[in-house]
Parts: sequence; structure tokens; C-alpha cells
Amino acid sequence: MDDKTKYVLRLADNALILGQRLGEWCGHGPVLEQDIALTNIALDLIGQSRMLYQYAAECKGDGSTEDDLAMKRDVFDFYNVLLVEQPNGDWGNTLVRQFFYDTYNYYLYEFLCSSKDERIAEIARKSFKEIAYHAQFSAEWIIRLGDGTEESHNRVQQSVNDLWTYTGEMLTPDDLDRDMQAKGVGPNLDDIKSKWLRKVEEILDLATLKKPEGTFIQTGGKVGEHGEYLGFILAELQFMQRAYPGMSW
Amino acid sequence: MIDTIKNILSEVKDPEIPVLTIEDMGIVRDVSVDMNNKVTVVITPTYSGCPAMDTIEDDIKKALNEAGYEVDVKTILDPPWTTDWMSEDGRRKLEEYGIAPPVKGMKDKRTLFGKPPEVRCPHCKSMNTSLVSQFGSTPCKSLFKCGDCAEPFDYFKCI
Repeated sequence: MDDKTKYVLRLADNALILGQRLGEWCGHGPVLEQDIALTNIALDLIGQSRMLYQYAAECKGDGSTEDDLAMKRDVFDFYNVLLVEQPNGDWGNTLVRQFFYDTYNYYLYEFLCSSKDERIAEIARKSFKEIAYHAQFSAEWIIRLGDGTEESHNRVQQSVNDLWTYTGEMLTPDDLDRDMQAKGVGPNLDDIKSKWLRKVEEILDLATLKKPEGTFIQTGGKVGEHGEYLGFILAELQFMQRAYPGMSW
Repeated sequence: MIDTIKNILSEVKDPEIPVLTIEDMGIVRDVSVDMNNKVTVVITPTYSGCPAMDTIEDDIKKALNEAGYEVDVKTILDPPWTTDWMSEDGRRKLEEYGIAPPVKGMKDKRTLFGKPPEVRCPHCKSMNTSLVSQFGSTPCKSLFKCGDCAEPFDYFKCI
């Protein structure tokens, strides 16, 4: 598999796995409107992952389809960051994960809209409009919960502290990121990181929440080294294709 | 011949909002006929995860096949669909149906923290309305309520 295909798969896997996680909220949201909101975001993300998988399948050029890529790869062949596979936890925890990811995704796709890879740019221009809505929604919730009651403040601060260690991976370039940057396909992640930090600090401040001091970064997802969670996610996501290979509706 | 095909397409409804045709929505981007009279219809999705797209593709094929045309439907992503492509007729029909049409020429569509748009209640036409949720019953809508008639309503959000 060439580098660009791998890069497209990273983008696709992040969208699919986060979409699947959000889908777990279906029917369990605290109120109907918020249940619908998370499943809407899940739908956008899964739709975006389809466009990316279609492109990745074409790049691979071995007859694979979008469905093969989503449904028939195992844990070690998924390249999503560890953040998106973290469990939903409570409502605040889900929204902290979403806020960290959406803010990154917003600045990432803002760049990808002018990627030198024309197909990635097309997909990004389509997706970016949706991502802007997601980023606004999750940031507003962080402010509401952080600057809410003592209970909501403490719980959402705990989630910020717990998830902080997973934010560095998406913001720190590895060899593939640098290669894509050199080719004009992907962004300079150091730029994305400084924009991300500025926005996150601004929102945490409005939410009366503290930015964690810790600097240790959990990594591995981008190269297929995952925590135990991803296996369980895939077991549910891929169940039908595993139990009845090749089945279709 | 193109005009006949366009006429047939103008009868194809949006499966989620049956008062609108796919023409009102601005989903059909191009129609062409090749030398063997094979029709190609180019469509673009409203939202990337919109489940109506497959149905729309099937409906286009069905409508044209029934009229005796062989048809190929292609999907393009770029330029991305925008609510600015919705026809005037479409906007009027939406409001009559009870869905507030997208506010035209909203400049802050792409900013991270734009103020919610000022939306007119499709029932009592009051401007005294407020946003309940950015996300509604389908990806393209958000949920509002009216401060005067107290009715909740869908707003077709701008992208």
C-alpha cells in the first residue's frame, strides 16, 4: 500500500470509528434533541468516511471496495488515532472527546480544502461545511457543562484531564504526515497544533476549566497499535460481514 | 430531447421532503445525452451522509427508464452543494410545508462561532424565534421554536 493510500485510510478510519462510537448513543441521549444531534454528527462522519474509503479503494487498485476496507480489516490495519476509540463515558466525556477532535478536524479540513491532491480537496470542501457545525456544537457544550453546576464542572474537568493524553497523537507529525506535508497533500501539523491550542485554551477558559499540565502523549493508533477498545468496536461494526461473509441487504 | 428529460426530472421528488423536487433542491447538476441516446444525469449530495441519495438515484433511473431512456447516474462532490442553489419556488414551497427555508446570503456559514440566523416562523411569520438544536430530524435541518405562536418548527440550515 502506498503512502497516500495509508494517509487517506487514516482520515477515513478516524471518521468511521468516531461515527460508530457516537452511534452508540442512539436511543440513550439525555434528551431527544441531543440524542438526535449526536446521531446526526455520526451520520455526517460515516458519510465522510465512505467518500474517503471509496477513494482509498481506488488508490489501492486491487479490486477492493469501500465495504472491504470498512468491514474486512482487522484492528492492526486500522489507522485511527487513539482518541476516537475511547469509550463514550458520560455525556460530558463524549463531548470533551468530540470537542478535542472537532477542533482538530476543523483546522485539518480547512487546510485539506486546498490539498494538492484534487480528490482529497473535493472531499474536504464537501465535509468542511458539516465539520464547522460539529465544532460549534461540541464547543458550546463544553462551555455549558464547565460553566454549569459544580457537579457538571467537576465531571467535565475530570474528562478533560483523562482525555488530554490522547490529544497529542493527532497534533504531532510522524514520517507519513511529514511526507504528505512535503507533497502538499496534508498540512503542517505544527500549524494545526498551534491553532488547536489557541481555540482549546479559549474555550476551556470560557468554560472555567483548567488546561491539564501533563505533557505525556499516548500514541500508536496512527500506525495500527491500538488499545483494547478498538477490537470491541469492530466486533460490533463488522459482525454481519464476519458471520455471513459477502452478505448484502 | 434534453428538455423532455429535464421535464421528467422536474417531477422527481426529494424522498425526505416530498413537496420539493430534486430540481428545487439544486441536486441535479448536469444532464447530457450521448450519440447512442444514452442519458447521463449528474447529481450532487446535500450532506455527505444523506441516506436519501441512493433513493434519489433509483428514482431518477426509474422515471427515465419508464419514459424509455437508458440512463447512467453519476455523483460529483465538487463544487459542494449549497443551500444557495435552492430555487425561489423551492423556498416558497418549503415555508408552506412548515419548514423555514434557509436564510439567504448568510455570510458566517463557515465561521466557528457564528450567531444563529434570524429565522421567520413558517406558521405565524413571527421573527421572534430561537434555536433549540443545531441538529434536527434530518441532517439538513435544525430545530427552532417560535416565541409568539409557541410552535416548534424545522429550519433548513445553511451550508
